Amino acid sequence: MIHGPNIEIVRQNDVNVVNLLNEEILDEAIIAEITDSLFAFVVENPAANILLNFSKVKHLSSSALGMLIRLNKHISETKGNLKLCSIAPSLLEIFVITRLNNVFEIYEQQTEALTSF
Amino acid sequence: MATNFFAEIQIPSDYQQAKKVEDDILHAAMHFDYPDQDIFAIRLCLEEALTNAIRHGNGMDDNKKVDIRYYVDSKRVEIDIIDQGNGFKLEDVPDPREMDNIDQPNGRGILLMKSYLNVIEYNKKGNGIHMVKYKDKAVE
Repeated sequence: MIHGPNIEIVRQNDVNVVNLLNEEILDEAIIAEITDSLFAFVVENPAANILLNFSKVKHLSSSALGMLIRLNKHISETKGNLKLCSIAPSLLEIFVITRLNNVFEIYEQQTEALTSF
Repeated sequence: MATNFFAEIQIPSDYQQAKKVEDDILHAAMHFDYPDQDIFAIRLCLEEALTNAIRHGNGMDDNKKVDIRYYVDSKRVEIDIIDQGNGFKLEDVPDPREMDNIDQPNGRGILLMKSYLNVIEYNKKGNGIHMVKYKDKAVE
């Protein structure tokens, strides 16, 4: 298990579950820290299956969406897979408004997401 | 008991100082028992507008300021944010939902603000935004 100030990564079979630990992913500095941690993990673990778990997250901004898009591209380039789960209804609305629900594979529950890889 | 909150503040291009003003506005709205979905919308739009002003408007330049004016009562939250940048034209911002732009990492802040605010207007220069969120009123 990898545990940082903003993320925790738990290996479940062949999937790396990334628990986002911040209630708010709004602040540019926090977004930069999460981006750096995740990009470093992808560099060290190419072609990885990564599941981002949003169960603790209550707020996110368009900058956080930008981070997810950059991360998705980066993971795709390394032939890995990125999926998202446990997104609160209020946050899911942000994905629907921006139509990013069509870009990302999003699951309601972590158990359901884990079996999808 | 306060019947309204009003302030005019100038801050440097600094996220921490912006956060303090954001918290003051949110506390004012909470004082008037705005529902959770309104607080969520106000927080999101403040974050987007202040980030735009500091990063895109002022280019993170410490010498440039952001002027914020807000008014909060039991019926509405009204906020004006003006940066010292060159401004932009709304029509120049591409629709991030279009296929050509969907995988671009930037450009979703304005779309989100339009979706969550009852009123959103820009000044002629494009360096100032006027936002209104009415209490418990859906966006048309």
